[in-house]
Amino acid sequence: MTTRSFGAPITRNEDARLLSGQALFVDDVELPGMLYAAFLRSSAAHARIRSIDVTAARARPGVVAVYTADDLGAYWAPGPLLVPPPPIAGVVFNQRTQVPLAKDKVRHVGEPLAVVLAQSRYIAEDALADIEVDLDPLPAIVDLEKAIEHDAARVHDDVRSNIAAHARQSRGNYETARARAEHLVARRFLYDHGASMPIETRGVVAKWDGRANQLTIWDTTQAPVFLRNGLAGMLGLSERQVRVIAPFVGGGFGPKIMLFYPEEVVVPWAAMKLNRPVKWIEDRLEHFFATTQERGQTHDAEMALSRDGKILGIKDIFLHDTGAYNPYGLTVPINSQCTLLGPYVVPHYDSTFTAVFTNKPIVTPYRGAGRQHGVFVIERLLDIAARELGIDCAEIRRRNFIPADAFPYNNEIIYQDFTPLEYDSGNYEPILDKALELIGYRQFLDEEQPRLRAQGRHVGIGLACYVEGTGIGPYEGAKVQVQANGKVSVATGIGTQGQGHFTSFAQIAADQVGVDVRNIDVVTGDTDQFYWGAGTFASRGAVVAGNAVNEAAKVVRQKILKLAAEHFECAEEDLEIANGEVSVVGTGQVVKLGALAMMANPMRGAVKPGTEPGLESTQYFGPPRGATASGVHAMIVEVDPQTFMLEVLKFVVVHDCGNVINPLILAGQIHGGVAQGIGNAFYEHLVFDDDGQLLNASLADYLLPSALEVPRMEIAHLVTPSPLNPLGIKGAGEAGAIPVGPLFAQAIENALGLAEQKVELNEIPLSPNRLFELTTKTK
Amino acid sequence: MSTDSQSGSETDDHTVTVTVNGTAYRRTVESRLLLSDFLRHDLLLAGTHVGCEHGVCGACTVIFDGVAVRSCLMLAAQADGHAVMTVEGLAGDRNHLHPIQEAMRDCHGLQCGYCTPGILMTMKVFLDETPAPDEAQIREALSGNLCRCTGYQHIVDAMLLAAERLRG
Repeated sequence: MTTRSFGAPITRNEDARLLSGQALFVDDVELPGMLYAAFLRSSAAHARIRSIDVTAARARPGVVAVYTADDLGAYWAPGPLLVPPPPIAGVVFNQRTQVPLAKDKVRHVGEPLAVVLAQSRYIAEDALADIEVDLDPLPAIVDLEKAIEHDAARVHDDVRSNIAAHARQSRGNYETARARAEHLVARRFLYDHGASMPIETRGVVAKWDGRANQLTIWDTTQAPVFLRNGLAGMLGLSERQVRVIAPFVGGGFGPKIMLFYPEEVVVPWAAMKLNRPVKWIEDRLEHFFATTQERGQTHDAEMALSRDGKILGIKDIFLHDTGAYNPYGLTVPINSQCTLLGPYVVPHYDSTFTAVFTNKPIVTPYRGAGRQHGVFVIERLLDIAARELGIDCAEIRRRNFIPADAFPYNNEIIYQDFTPLEYDSGNYEPILDKALELIGYRQFLDEEQPRLRAQGRHVGIGLACYVEGTGIGPYEGAKVQVQANGKVSVATGIGTQGQGHFTSFAQIAADQVGVDVRNIDVVTGDTDQFYWGAGTFASRGAVVAGNAVNEAAKVVRQKILKLAAEHFECAEEDLEIANGEVSVVGTGQVVKLGALAMMANPMRGAVKPGTEPGLESTQYFGPPRGATASGVHAMIVEVDPQTFMLEVLKFVVVHDCGNVINPLILAGQIHGGVAQGIGNAFYEHLVFDDDGQLLNASLADYLLPSALEVPRMEIAHLVTPSPLNPLGIKGAGEAGAIPVGPLFAQAIENALGLAEQKVELNEIPLSPNRLFELTTKTK
Repeated sequence: MSTDSQSGSETDDHTVTVTVNGTAYRRTVESRLLLSDFLRHDLLLAGTHVGCEHGVCGACTVIFDGVAVRSCLMLAAQADGHAVMTVEGLAGDRNHLHPIQEAMRDCHGLQCGYCTPGILMTMKVFLDETPAPDEAQIREALSGNLCRCTGYQHIVDAMLLAAERLRG
């Protein structure tokens, strides 16, 4: 056997292309005769459309067409519901999905009203200014509590009180826990809007080939297969006639899984209607309104505890802002509801949420996908309880961990994937111990902090625990094929936005087929290369598609051995596959895999009945339910008490995502997640005014963390394999981002001694300005 | 979302000669054409990426007469008579990588790779001027380039490694 690839910190196959400017992104697609689309977007958050006059725009030289909703005819329809509500008893769900171009009414700033197709992007944008729009403003629904007042204006005229959904899930009986409680903690928690802000915005290029009856679409989507199927249906084509390519995609983080965006529906339609290729590339200003966002929850939560800090039960009632439409169903609030339970035993739980329509951009999952809101609530409740009961913050968590011998652990509520929220495996206490050791917890609290405080420095420590539901179904597939040149190709239906699939999937296949990782060519995100699949979301790519690659590669290995045994007239047990060739051990007889692949596809002669050509296999993998990863973050921070600017002095992540495919890629996922968590916790805040106008829609005002704000991180891994898949892996995409909010709140409180001032940080995002307001309000 | 009301490309064209990666290109451009669009769509050098079009993210950074600049904040007409280097010109030929590119690969300094060309160009100028930087200097120099994937740590590691290798 050669060295095992799985588990090795191998550099990436895809990097040479990306580093030299040769990787294809959607905006790099150049086609002869291409037209350029620009969308006219609503300037009002809520208004009736009196009229749209496109006459002057159509007359502008270089403009080929201008369309409004009426021009779409029967093609105009609200988008599909992507995720139906899980089977929760008594769930209320009012489905209202986005439309291709607004008709009658606009429901958020940036909603598209018309599209211009022109010979250049510049002319298309010029023509937007020629369009006369007459809007009759309506009161904007912005605040969640005001939204559900009886006399509030309605985002959707036929949905009473703007209630998009309502669901209650419970375990045990919270009231009995409350009656037995020796201590109660009740607080209100806020988690406001943020955005994923990939550096590449969204984009679509569509080309209709009338001779071949074939539509080709390049799209920045995380779900090319679903996009193909949906567009085929809308356009009256069979799936075979539509090819969707998600080439290199410049970051996704969730909003690029949303479909169907209006532009994704309009651009292919226009390309067919005009019989010319059409390109639309979102600009950054559009991205702030037209791409989905996340967050916006208000929780009223209560925790019942015993005197020694054991959780007896939790009751939580929360409002969730779903924005103007709810195409993604209940995924985000269900994730909040479920992930709140964390790594802890919560015997009694009563959680109710109301999702609310507002005149804001649509809310769909963004890295964490609601998980961080729930984690914020329980971690803050534990911090407050610890302080009030006089228990150490680490100790109160330790006392409540689900014990290592209690897995699989059923939380008795329903998760986003419609299955019971059952944790497959975990071992939480060693993770906490490792984090405390790496951050130097006791030493900091007992020695360092008193010493630095004596010098007048405001330093504090925080720690937060979390679980992450990952790797959910339904399924993914992969085709593994030995090529005549001896290389091996791997194709799967998911898309890639930087996760390193071109390398990690190659590592999985390499161990089965005995070919160097560099000689394995992975294709993702092209529906003509692999037909089936769901997409890249919920930290599931490596788990679900990775295991499909493994299954397919195992079958190819068997085919290689069988054919080689026939070729050499020996037993399969005598064969060894390594370095791209098969040898008969101890004889010096060798055949290259490429030669075997050609033997497996004879041009003449007869084959046995049932013989399949080639050395290839297509296999599928679907887990029974998601695999639950876990971790602890710890941080030491210094805060300037005058400016409230802060510096992270030390950041530790201890993480358990089961078996690790590639530690280098995994570290990158953690680093990037933490950076987004830091932005979310302290720098990034989408600020809407009472009219539903976003006040900071530029990267100069919406502050993504730079290399100066993101600290060096120290990462350690513990391994509790998942029993739910043969590779024993769990997802890792969101772990870095999830617990950073409560971590910041706790560490800043500790640094500034806010407990003594009776100030609690029960909201995210924080900022220097917000800290100033919160700390001066009480003086 | 421009609101410029000028329509015709016949009104204000300029003929420019720009040297990009050592090759002189002569083209006629509208006065309002951004340098980033000129490089990407006229010269088909699509390695230069556009992230914000308002000069904040740094993805479109190119080297203009030896200085790292944002090509979304310049007009193509301004480049007349000047020399531009893009990511396609960094290594000399497409079968090799520059030591900065190699270090980025070796340290896993990129994920989606979209911001990467701008980072490479910023760091090329920085390392030319600062051959032995410490981590704080690298972070300062890097702070004008936003990356949403990596959390910067592996990029910083890559620049420390690249500087060491470039010093020989």
